[in-house]
Amino acid sequence: METSDVIQLALIGISQGCGYALVAIGFVFIYRATEIINFAHGELMMLGAFMVLTFAQIWGLNFWLSACLGILSLGVFGYLLDAVVMRRIVGESQAIIFILTVAIALMLRSLAGIIWGWSPRSLDVPFMQDVQIGGIVLGMDRIAIILGTILLCALLYWFFSRTRTGLAIQASSQSQLAAYYSRIPVKRLISVVWAIAAMVAAVAGLMMAPVTQVDTGMSAFGIKAFAGAVVGGFGSIPGALLGCLLIGLAEPFLDFFFPAFKGVYAYIIMLVVLFIRPEGLIPQTFAKKV
Amino acid sequence: MQVIFRTSYDQDIDHLVDRGEKYRILAAIALALIAPLLVGSYLLSELAIFLVYILAGLGLMVLTGFSGQVSFGHAAFLGIGAYAHSIFLGYGIPFVVSLPMAGLLSGAIGAALGRAVSRMHGFYLAIATLAFAIVVETVIGEWEQVTGGHMGMQVPALSVFGLELGESWQQYYLILAVVIFFIWGVANLMRSPTGRAMVAVRDSEASARSLGLDTARTKILAFFISALITGVAGGLLAHLLFYLAPESFGVQDSLRLLLMIIVGGLGTITGAVFGAVFVTVLPNIIGVLKQILPDTVANAPGLEQLLFGAIIAGFIIFEPEGLYGRWRKLRLFFETYPYYKKSTFVRQKRYLKTERFR
Repeated sequence: METSDVIQLALIGISQGCGYALVAIGFVFIYRATEIINFAHGELMMLGAFMVLTFAQIWGLNFWLSACLGILSLGVFGYLLDAVVMRRIVGESQAIIFILTVAIALMLRSLAGIIWGWSPRSLDVPFMQDVQIGGIVLGMDRIAIILGTILLCALLYWFFSRTRTGLAIQASSQSQLAAYYSRIPVKRLISVVWAIAAMVAAVAGLMMAPVTQVDTGMSAFGIKAFAGAVVGGFGSIPGALLGCLLIGLAEPFLDFFFPAFKGVYAYIIMLVVLFIRPEGLIPQTFAKKV
Repeated sequence: MQVIFRTSYDQDIDHLVDRGEKYRILAAIALALIAPLLVGSYLLSELAIFLVYILAGLGLMVLTGFSGQVSFGHAAFLGIGAYAHSIFLGYGIPFVVSLPMAGLLSGAIGAALGRAVSRMHGFYLAIATLAFAIVVETVIGEWEQVTGGHMGMQVPALSVFGLELGESWQQYYLILAVVIFFIWGVANLMRSPTGRAMVAVRDSEASARSLGLDTARTKILAFFISALITGVAGGLLAHLLFYLAPESFGVQDSLRLLLMIIVGGLGTITGAVFGAVFVTVLPNIIGVLKQILPDTVANAPGLEQLLFGAIIAGFIIFEPEGLYGRWRKLRLFFETYPYYKKSTFVRQKRYLKTERFR
């Protein structure tokens, strides 16, 4: 194995990890705000990619315009998903809500299959060509994922630490009751969090579209992102980024050297980490003091 | 309305105090016993699969319903039981030894998993068990010398004490006997100190520990019993499938088991039975729905999954207590006839419940 191969695999790994991270951020936002684990997040990502595909190739709009429209439409979808469905079962046990999101995931996947067909489609993006740096061929789409993730993380950091809405969301995720007493519209903000998470997932779908093709199988990506978030310690954003990068980076190398278990290394890594540290790398739950 | 007077101290731990309940269960058992006279051999083998689902659901109920440990990977134990049983039979071990051995092996693996995950809780546990199931499925697929890999594996014929049980009614009675034995066993378990310890761990780990219970041991025991029952169900299922492939024990099947006990009603044995009824009847409901819908929609691939998801979602939103909860409401409605009021069953929602502290 030569250096250029190592760099190639590392780049693939990091970009894959960034893709996982974009989805995982959505999981973590929703979890922090509502303690709901949204198993349907991979499906939201898939839906985002399909929406962009619809605008760009069926309606024939400009790529950037259709990307914006696709992301916005997912935002609306996420808002409605919370306002119409998830709000009804606040206060149920976590396992039951988890099952509900699994059911929603099933529905979204088969709905997408019925509407857009089950065979993969390719989405033409302006960042497809390869670039050559010092004799190593790098895919522009891979670099775009990494840059996009960094940009989006910076944007979200700014939103949550500087704007009024972002601070209000942070407050309501720390204590809904206290936030409610301070005249923060908790219900609406939770729906806004769902919208933001869905929009981030749509961006992830858009970024990963050139790499994975647009099809219903994209939702499996969501489960691996989930594994990444668990490795990092669910509920912590730096943890999720760390865990996803770890999984993304380790996967191509393990697949390359030990192809027997190709495709399940994300889960094996997660199991190993959970056995050693049951709460993930950066723990977020604490034992109750009675 | 029936008023139950306590006439002895043993009544507190009786299985069935309510007389109506007693008659209903006797009637159900009688119906199960005469079923081979009433239905043809195809329906009978469907009934046998239904019984196996009850058993598998019962196994998961011990873990998730009674001990509160959510498992997203229970089909793995079904698979371990099925493969272990077939492999043991292949070595010439008789059925009556092989089935308990398969169950014990599955239980031992379950206990090992339980030991490893006993510090986890909530969805960390769910995800760890999900990953465990994915890994088990992959291992079964890759370990070709023993399991036949993705090519599949033939299940040896079913014979007990040298008696070939080829007819479907013979297999049906065998499975019925095993299922009734385990239902009775679990009912007994749940009124024993061990079972009560499990319920205590489910309801509050902190208070269970403060009462002096060894929570880790209780959880491992729950994993052991649950995996054992599910492994035995897998061994029985192997005979009904004739041919084993790793795909039969995938994540989809784990999900179906979990949906089964949630739709049936968590935390009751009756719930496992109701859930199995639901899962068996569901394809027929979907078939009827497909006839109502216009042709272009009805023939779209993937519609079954959509309706499956929609029915589950509908259940969780409108009846989170499951079919058993609906049944309780119906029963009370008739028992107290003009005095039934809806607010009896309004659940107290705890909006501030948090899982960040355990």
